[in-house]
Amino acid sequence: MFGKLSIDAIPFHDPIIMVVAVAMALGGIALLGAITYFRKWKWLWTEWFTSVDHKKLGIMYFIVALVMLIRGFSDAIMMRTQLAMASAGAEGYLPPEHYDQIFTAHGVIMIFFVAMPMVIGLMNLVVPLQIGARDVAYPFLNNLSFWLFAAGAILVNISLVVGEFAKTGWLAYAPLSGIEYSPGVGVDYWIWALQISGIGTTLTGINFFVTILKMRTKGMTMFRMPIFTWTSLCANVLIIASFPILTATIALLTLDRYLGMHFFTNDFGGNMMMYVNLIWAWGHPEVYILILPAFGVFSEVIATFARKRLFGYNTMVWATVAITLLSFIVWLHHFFTMGAGANVNAFFGIMTMIIAIPTGVKVFNWLFTMFRGRLEFTSPVLWTLGFIITFTLGGMTGVMLAIPGANFVLHNSLFVIAHFHNVIIGGVLFGMLAGLTYWFPKAFGFTLNEKWGKRSFWCWLIGFYLAFMPLYVLSFFGAVRRMQSYETAEWQPWMLLAWVGAVIILFGILCTVIQFYVSIRDRKQNQDVTGDPWDARTLEWSTSSPAPFYNFAHLPDVGGIDSFWAQKQEGLKSVSEGPYQDIHMPRNTVAGPIISLFALIFGFALVWHIWWLAAVGAIGTFVSFLARVFNDDIDYYVPASEVERIEREHKERLEMQA
Amino acid sequence: MRRPHHLRMLGILLLLTLTLLLTGCSSELLDPKGQIGSEQRTLILTSFALMQIVVVPVIVMTLLFAWRYRGSNKDAAYHPEWAHNNWIEGIVWFIPCIIIIFLAGLTWYTSHSLDPHKSIADDPSEQMEIQAVSLDWKWLFIYPEQGIATVNEVAFPTDVPVRFRVSSGSVMNAFFIPTLGSQIYAMAGMDNDVHLIADQEGVYDGRSTNYSGAGFSGMTFDAIATSQAGFESWVEEVRQSDQTLDFPEGYNELAQPSEDHPVEYYSEVSSGMYEDIIKSFHTGRDDGEMHAGHGGTEDDHDDMPMSAEAAE
Repeated sequence: MFGKLSIDAIPFHDPIIMVVAVAMALGGIALLGAITYFRKWKWLWTEWFTSVDHKKLGIMYFIVALVMLIRGFSDAIMMRTQLAMASAGAEGYLPPEHYDQIFTAHGVIMIFFVAMPMVIGLMNLVVPLQIGARDVAYPFLNNLSFWLFAAGAILVNISLVVGEFAKTGWLAYAPLSGIEYSPGVGVDYWIWALQISGIGTTLTGINFFVTILKMRTKGMTMFRMPIFTWTSLCANVLIIASFPILTATIALLTLDRYLGMHFFTNDFGGNMMMYVNLIWAWGHPEVYILILPAFGVFSEVIATFARKRLFGYNTMVWATVAITLLSFIVWLHHFFTMGAGANVNAFFGIMTMIIAIPTGVKVFNWLFTMFRGRLEFTSPVLWTLGFIITFTLGGMTGVMLAIPGANFVLHNSLFVIAHFHNVIIGGVLFGMLAGLTYWFPKAFGFTLNEKWGKRSFWCWLIGFYLAFMPLYVLSFFGAVRRMQSYETAEWQPWMLLAWVGAVIILFGILCTVIQFYVSIRDRKQNQDVTGDPWDARTLEWSTSSPAPFYNFAHLPDVGGIDSFWAQKQEGLKSVSEGPYQDIHMPRNTVAGPIISLFALIFGFALVWHIWWLAAVGAIGTFVSFLARVFNDDIDYYVPASEVERIEREHKERLEMQA
Repeated sequence: MRRPHHLRMLGILLLLTLTLLLTGCSSELLDPKGQIGSEQRTLILTSFALMQIVVVPVIVMTLLFAWRYRGSNKDAAYHPEWAHNNWIEGIVWFIPCIIIIFLAGLTWYTSHSLDPHKSIADDPSEQMEIQAVSLDWKWLFIYPEQGIATVNEVAFPTDVPVRFRVSSGSVMNAFFIPTLGSQIYAMAGMDNDVHLIADQEGVYDGRSTNYSGAGFSGMTFDAIATSQAGFESWVEEVRQSDQTLDFPEGYNELAQPSEDHPVEYYSEVSSGMYEDIIKSFHTGRDDGEMHAGHGGTEDDHDDMPMSAEAAE
């Protein structure tokens, strides 16, 4: 009846998990209770869960990402604590059984359920506004993407309490992830969480690719698009091209595990090297999916706060395109030590280094944007400056790793860990937090508290260096990744230092939490009525904050790069005047949440081999999708009078402030 | 004045860490005990130094520009529309290109000179062969010439090039002795190899670097580099052991998962055991019949179909 699922699947014997589970349950009950008490269910359902508004979906992506960041960071600090303790034969407090799940979950969560939703959330919030569109090309798919992603995130969190998570490392290398060496349900949770959320990501890629190509407003040629839109375009090309590889690879692993096939097993013709190649053929473009939009954020932030046009716009675009193309021919640098011949290794090493050229050019372009500018040290600028320095160091260690001869001693060591945190924290995370602060007023109509934002920055920056520089040092002493304990007592001081760094990062996260609290509390003082709190350059700042659901009363007409800035220089009014026209908008949809709920049931049932429930999930997914397909009532017109009312209210607020 | 002060602090912090990195002189990778490891140290330090040509100016320019063009500094020039300059854009493409061209040449050269499959012996007969098989979670070392085997301890004479042939009886691992240089993956059914040499006597740490499951952290071994006489007496000591290892019974028993496995000596092993272990994963292939013939001798590793290099 319940497949492999029984009451034994809940790890009652593990006090750490049980405490977390109880805390999560209490938190969940408190949240649900509060929603019920304040009678917010209907509001949540109609205004948020079923919304197709790209801005609201962007906000929901970010909320899930920040919650998952806390989960992923808890894993991180548990690992650092374990390694600070488990020296010279000491076992620490986490047995391998538990520790191995934690480092796997940390990687999976941070990449798929923190970095990805931050990037996709920011694209959602910003891209349609930047290109002067009312919404994305496929609003329903956008809602479905979010909920499929959420279903994947829920599945990962269920694995914490029901059963176990994978103990394979975040990429689940075969044959370790095969049924012979990982007979438990952990890898199955990994499979279905990634497959379900991966479909959502692929749909997002298609959606934004079409949106950027087809929905730009009048006069917005490709070479007038803001750089963030350009980097998003390239990231979505990468999603479209690479995520199918991930889906196919995991599907083959699924066939191995569920139907006894031999794609990646040790024997009967299976080939684990094929798995490693395929997973990295997706995995390397994936890191550029994350970093390119971050590059876009820094470009917007630095031009805005230096009060100056971005230096070398064309160079910036071509550098982005070059990185996009190159990112597909470097995957082998993740396994030079597999034993490929010298020519193959040299080719992939050199290709990898070539990426450093366009990246270096970008860095210089940001520097020359500051040059002869008037730089205002807001917290987004601090994140950007921290990024430039940190990322340059991370890029340098990346090039060192790209030299096969050096990689032979650095591979799988803590050097690799330090390197990719160097670029992912220093690049992606700094970029997303800068973007969050920068575009927050556009989403909510008030700015975030700067004091706590800056505190958060300093904690993250100092914490990062303390946590990861010791790992570079340790790698020279032969310390490798994924150790649960080590014999060499001399490593312990460095591990302790890294632990201190992690604690300082914890303060950084706390500062962000306080920042939200303080900002919401003081939202009246920090209100942004103008819609343009930073005196910025691109279209999204020409509409009110928070942007109305239709984005622009009149679709703007664009005459060049930074057209809003030019408009302001010429003293043109940014407020839209009548007469107004009816606006064509998509309707909210219940299909997204319902399809994803069935997909979640399907995934959970397959993890536990509950075949009847899997059938329910599959049929439910299909039928609810069909129901949506045959629904013709998917759009409506906002009457001109309604537009006029909203615009007049905005104007009154402006006048009141003046 | 507060913010620049922070930035300066940051600069000092960065310098400190870089110095720390450079001065970790007694570390395995920066104080290698063999030719391969020494070349790799040189390579790491050269590439590091080379990249400072870009890294240092970037860091300096970041701090300098941010400070010089701060909003409150009205003395600094302000050109809000200045966004293009052919000279600057030419230079920022040119300098990284030059450095990467140089690094690419270095990469091409060292990828060949440090190719793990390349023998470092002038004459192949001078080289010694040791076969390493990763198991859950221990290392089995087979000495085909001496007919002995050990677990979690390997010894070899200094100044003798050693060809480690590396395979796995389980999941993927990687064979690594940091002090000597290059690591290489151990994969079931694959015959991989890495050539190393020690030029100083000592007991060096060796381990698997590729995560392989619950007992991974304990998958360490001692690599004993010793004199020729010391090596011979070590072999003699192994030969005194009353344990022997045969294939497949004894091997299968050893291959059962165990954590923190103690060192073991086997005075005798079935001949061709390494090849037999590799072939045991080739069931369902055309060469499956060869396995049934139990032919595993030195001669047939040449036509082994699944060397990692062939499958690249």
